[in-house]
Amino acid sequence: MKNIKFLIVGTLFGIIMFKSEAASWYRIQEMFRFQAFHMYGIIGLAVAIGIPVVAIIKAKQLKDYSGQKIVFKSKSWSIPRYLIGGTIFGLGWALSGACPGPIVVNMGVGYLGYAVVLVSAVLGTLLYGVIRDKLPH
Amino acid sequence: MMDWIIQPWPWYVSGLLIALIMCSLLFFGKSFGFSSNLRTLCAMCGADKIAPFFNFKWKEQSWNLFFLVGAGIGGYIGATFLSPEGYTVAISEETIADLAVLGFAQPNGYAPSHHFGLEALGNLKSLVILVIGGLLIGFGTRYAGGCTSGHAISGISNLQPASLLAVVGFFIGGLLMTHVLFPIIY
Repeated sequence: MKNIKFLIVGTLFGIIMFKSEAASWYRIQEMFRFQAFHMYGIIGLAVAIGIPVVAIIKAKQLKDYSGQKIVFKSKSWSIPRYLIGGTIFGLGWALSGACPGPIVVNMGVGYLGYAVVLVSAVLGTLLYGVIRDKLPH
Repeated sequence: MMDWIIQPWPWYVSGLLIALIMCSLLFFGKSFGFSSNLRTLCAMCGADKIAPFFNFKWKEQSWNLFFLVGAGIGGYIGATFLSPEGYTVAISEETIADLAVLGFAQPNGYAPSHHFGLEALGNLKSLVILVIGGLLIGFGTRYAGGCTSGHAISGISNLQPASLLAVVGFFIGGLLMTHVLFPIIY
């Protein structure tokens, strides 16, 4: 099963999200109130490591485990798409106290209300897919 | 060592490990982006019959659903085997005071169970909050083309201007919800 490795990486991700408290509703509230460095430290450090790693992968044209060149698909620029879409997601992130990964992490922790969040998030994506032609992109 | 694992992890350990998750997905020829799963789940359930947006080779994205299931297992393992007894997230006193003004009890556990536990399902207001929160997340992430993992971590690591703008949007929405809408909702 070639996908088992992703189950393992996903499990490690879930443990990290839980243990870092980045999946905690309380921490998200603290973050949006600027009352602790914790969440900014986590995201900031991940990015501070990610930037040179991606730069090195590109400069050295590094390959993945199967010998394929690692490529980064860049998203094309748009103001309404990222600003409006981002704002809508931000409203949901603060209201639920979880972004998509942590929704699932919280279900594992035992907060079953997040199962409702997951189902309605799927429906939200469905709604976007249905009306996307009418939205500014 | 075990005691160190049981205690909540400091930001510098967590940030490093999240970067390693991104790197391992790159090594396996994939990119770190969780919200794509929502689109895959739609397609899996036959949404391509409703909208062409869901007409794509979703089976190529099935690896990410394994990652999703893993995230749930990881949450279970963390909470069940890797937590101190009577664990409560230690947020700042200022946040606790702000939340008390809104009517939230002293923090207990990982999230307020009144709003996110099983009991939330029997409370209309909590249920509406869960449903609307999910709709905003699902709609917004796909409109913006990514969530915290895809934009804030992967996209900014790739120095992608679109991701920086998306993260600005995340914060506009988050601050609006926390500072303007929370006092109305709670």
